[in-house]
This record gives sequence, structure tokens and C-alpha cells, in this order.
Amino acid sequence: MGRYVLRRVLQMVPVFIGSTFLIFFMVYALGDPVAALFGDKAPDPATAARIREDLYLDEPLWSQYVHYMGQVFSGDFGTAFNGQPVTELMAGAFPVTLRLTVVAVVFEMALGVTLGVLSGLRRGRGLDTSVLLLTLVVVSIPTFVSGTVLQYLFGVEWGLARPSVSPEAPFAQLLLPGVVLGLVSLAYTTRLTRTSVVENARADYVRTAVAKGLPRHRIVTRHLLRNSLIPVVTFLGTDIGALMGGAIVTERIFNIHGVGYQLYQGILRQNSPTVVGFVTILVIVFLVANLLVDLLYAVLDPRIRYA
Amino acid sequence: MTTIEKTTSATSRVEESDDGTPLLEVRDLHVEFHTREGLAKAVNGVNYSVRAGETLAVLGESGSGKSVTAQAIMGILDMPPGKIPQGQILYRGEDMLTMSNEERRKIRGRKIAMIFQDALSALNPVLSVGYQLGEMFRVHQGLSKKEAKAKAIELMDRVRIPAAKERVGDYPHQFSGGMRQRIMIAMALALEPDLIIADEPTTALDVTVQAQVMDLLAELQREYNMGLILITHDLGVVADVADKIAVMYAGRIVETAPVHELYKRPAHPYARGLLESIPRLDRKGQELYAIKGLPPNLLKVPSGCAFNPRCPKAEDICSTEIPVLHQVTEQDGTELPGRGSACHFWKETLHG
Repeated sequence: MGRYVLRRVLQMVPVFIGSTFLIFFMVYALGDPVAALFGDKAPDPATAARIREDLYLDEPLWSQYVHYMGQVFSGDFGTAFNGQPVTELMAGAFPVTLRLTVVAVVFEMALGVTLGVLSGLRRGRGLDTSVLLLTLVVVSIPTFVSGTVLQYLFGVEWGLARPSVSPEAPFAQLLLPGVVLGLVSLAYTTRLTRTSVVENARADYVRTAVAKGLPRHRIVTRHLLRNSLIPVVTFLGTDIGALMGGAIVTERIFNIHGVGYQLYQGILRQNSPTVVGFVTILVIVFLVANLLVDLLYAVLDPRIRYA
Repeated sequence: MTTIEKTTSATSRVEESDDGTPLLEVRDLHVEFHTREGLAKAVNGVNYSVRAGETLAVLGESGSGKSVTAQAIMGILDMPPGKIPQGQILYRGEDMLTMSNEERRKIRGRKIAMIFQDALSALNPVLSVGYQLGEMFRVHQGLSKKEAKAKAIELMDRVRIPAAKERVGDYPHQFSGGMRQRIMIAMALALEPDLIIADEPTTALDVTVQAQVMDLLAELQREYNMGLILITHDLGVVADVADKIAVMYAGRIVETAPVHELYKRPAHPYARGLLESIPRLDRKGQELYAIKGLPPNLLKVPSGCAFNPRCPKAEDICSTEIPVLHQVTEQDGTELPGRGSACHFWKETLHG
């Protein structure tokens, strides 16, 4: 187990370097950050040169990357062009997005697994058919549509939630945005759980459990669910990473000052240190989430043993 | 496994229960499956009974309805597509088919238990064997986790799994095939049920382990005085442990007989064919007999006697009239108790 974790952590290193370099390359290679800094005005050549030198922009790209990474590992993610350190932006943005993600994941996990199990156990009946149909509808509606519609209905029409979230973004205000964020994943979770339950419900060990005279709820929760949740856990694990980085649309709609908002601002203003810094953290979140999923596998399924 | 001709008469292990009602009685059971291709009649009027301490072997090819009958008794038939349009399954005189789900659940595992063929898939891969064994005690007897674990160890010792105490936390995939089947047996035995249904308990095992597992099963059955329904297609297994045999073909019982009677003098051409097709040491070098053709398609069972297209003795009447299960008698008319044959020509088959 320990060796497996070590190996996985070591494998993360090239993945981390590769992905961050790609991000770095794409952000820095496209457009001139110094020109962007000056906006519409043409910069004074001497000043521009000095800024270039200060920011190591006159050096080759790989050396810029090495320099940047060196600073990242000493905790310095650079400063945004407005003078604020990127770490400060992160300290403000990540807790907000984390709260949003928690709301979304709990929502999709609780509702998705429940709906999936219920429809899986009633395969082909009314509930199952309507769940399948509804999830299909949900999957095919893009977030910016569902987000704005729900914002209008709940926030404006019925006044049940705040249409726009305050900068502190407490949990209570993040409920609606969390639901919007988790909506598509909810549909996937439901379908995945349903398929898995349908498949496992015909398994021999479920028949054995029935033959043992176990009550139905015990058969479902102890025997069926445990086996059926293995693929669902994989999906949820990778989804956490996706939700944290992919909240750009949702955060824009509800004016949440989280990771997505900062990334959007960074891209809009060509604010390279912000973009690269945030994405670097997101890469790490992804990698760690995947590692945790793989480790959770071994807990859920004893046939998987890591040597 | 090849010694079929046993001379020792079947010492009856049968014990009459007080009022004479059998432990389990299946009456005129029909099971059908509604499939896309049509109606498959898997079981067409099966009758059999088992008493305490008695072993009934149900013999037949794949698709003969032997497992489906067992599943109907256990109440683990997939319904739908399965359906029981007719028949009774009496446990101690009470029809289980009319019981509520909760009443049936309480019989399952506690009174009637089942051993499945493939223990690897029949055991839950993600739960330890100790948990799965202990579950019986926790659910049916309300024991605590700790007590249940102690009971599980006891059971594993009972079926002679070495180092039971250390292995109680292991998972099914960590055991060998024979050991896994022992765990299945232990699970069925847990609550000392009245009746055990063993659905091809040794088919997935290799020959040496087969013998061990069968011996264990027979021994435990004697000890607890349980009824046993042994479903198999292996005639060699049957000879040693069974008291009586029911041979099934296309969802019907075609012959019933006390075990050694059948081996000596089969009264149905199908049973005869099965016996002929066992390899024998005294016929070394000769070609092995095989019943021609394939088991019938249950969607279109042949008219008349279902076996007639494959029967070497078939005549016109066989394809028009379904033979009933005739009471078989000696040539002089003396009754042979427990013997029956669903063949128009049982006399010729038996005495000819």
C-alpha cells in the first residue's frame, strides 16, 4: 500500500510538470503580457524593456517556466497586474469554490445515488422511465441556460434564493448555485448508479442474499449497493476536480467570487500569473482526487490490492 | 465414481415425521417464462416430496427444469419473466406459494437453505466470509457482531476449513474452489435448517475435491437429520448419497425410483440412456454410448412424449400421447414402492 502510494505520487510529478508547462506555454505564448498591461495605450519602449527584464520575459520560455516553478514551490505565485499577490486571490477564491463544490457534490451524490438505486430496482417501470427521460433532458441543457432560468425563477420570480451571492458566499446562499453546478453531474451519477444497480441486481450473490432470507433493505444496502457504487465513486472523484475548475459559468451567473470568477478575470485581462497559478493548483487538486479515488477502490473492493 | 452396481441395499435413513406429512412436497408445479420468443414452459407438472433425513436426487440435463423447480421452492425465481401458473409447494403441509413475502423470507435460510453451484459468484466479493456467515445469525437470531463472528468461526471449523480463526476475515476470492464450496455449505447449515437444496454443488470443482465435498455434505446431513434435495447431472455423485431419484426431462419427471433400483433396472428409456452413457471400467475400449440429439427447445416441446425424437424405442403413440407417470410393478403385478415411469412402454423397458 505504502509503496503503491509512493509510486503514484512519483507518477504525478511528470503529469504535473507536463500539464503546467502546457498551460504556461499557452498563456505566455499567446499575446504580449506587457502590451496587455498597458491596455490600449502603446507602452514606452524603455519602460516595456524594463518590465520585461523585471518579469524575466526576455529569457527563453523554458527558463521562464523553470523560474516560475521555482517561485511557485517557494510559495510565490507572483503578483497580478493590479499589484495583488496571486496567493491572496487564491486565499479568497478557493474557500468559496470549495464550499460551492461541496454543495454540488453532496447534492449530486445524495440525490443521484438515491434516484439511481430507486430506478435501477424498478427497471422498466414508470419511475425508471421518467428518471431516464428527465436525466436526458438535464444533460442536454447547457449550464448557462439552466443557471439563468433557475436564477430567474428562484431568485427573481419566487424570491426563494438570492439571485446574486454576496462576496462572503456563505453556504446558505450557495445552495442554488451548487444545485445548478451539480445538475449535469447529477444526471450522470443517476444514470451510472442505475445501470450499475440493474447489472448487479442479477448477480448470483444477490440471489444468495435472497436465499439467505435477508430482508430486502439489507440486501439492497449491504449487498447490492456496495458493489454498485464502485464505478460511481470513480465518477464522483474525478468530478470534484472538474467542478472546482469548471464553475466558471455558474460563478459568472451568480456573481460568486470564486476560482471560476478569478480565472475568467485573468483570461479576460491576460493576467498570466493568475491564470497559471490557479490552473496549477487545479492540476494538483485533480491529481490528488484521482489518487484518493484509486485508494478508495481498494477499500470498496477487496479484490483490488495494491502491491 | 464408476462403481455403479452397489450391492448393499439402501439402508433407509428415512424417518417418518410424527404425522406422516413430508417436510416438503411439490404438487403439480408449473413454471413458465415469458420471453420475447414466446412462452417457455420450463416446468410442467412436477411432483416430488422429501422427508426429514431423506435425500432426493433430481437428475437431468441442462434445461430439464431441475434448477427452476428448486428456485421456485426457494422463492428466488426471477418473476417476471418467470411465472408459476399452477401448483403447490407445501412446507410441512403449508403452501408456500400463498404465503406473504415476509413469511417466506423467514423460512428461507432458517428452514430451507440452498447451496449454489458456483461459490465464487454466489458469495459477495466485497464482504468477508465471516461477515457473510455471521449475517445469518445477526438477521435471523439477532446476535451481536461479536457473537456472530464466533459462530462463523465455529461453522468454518464444522466444515473443516483449516485455520478458521485466522481466515474468518478473508474474502471469497482468497479461498480455493473447494474451500469456497465449504463456505457455501457452512452458510446453508448455519441455522440448522430442515431442508437443504443443493444445486449442482460439485459441478464447479475438480474430481477429488468433489468427493470430499459430497462426503462432507452427506455426513452433515446425517448428523442434523436434514432433508436434502440434490440437483445434479452426475450419476456417479448420486449413487453414494441419494435415497431416491427423480429423473427430469423437459420440465417433467420421467422416472422416480429408489436409488439402487434405478441403477439396476431403469424403467424409462431416457434414464436407461443416461446410465449407458457412464464410462465403465468393464467396458474399456468400447465406444461410449450417447443419447442422440439435443435437449428439446422449451419454446417448442415435441408433441406427445418430449423424449420421442431421441428415443430408440419410440413408436407412433409416443408422438401423439403424453405418457402419465405410471406406477411400476413387477411382472407378476407386485407393486414396486416409490417407482414410477412416464413411458408408454415401461414394461418392456423394465422387464424386456
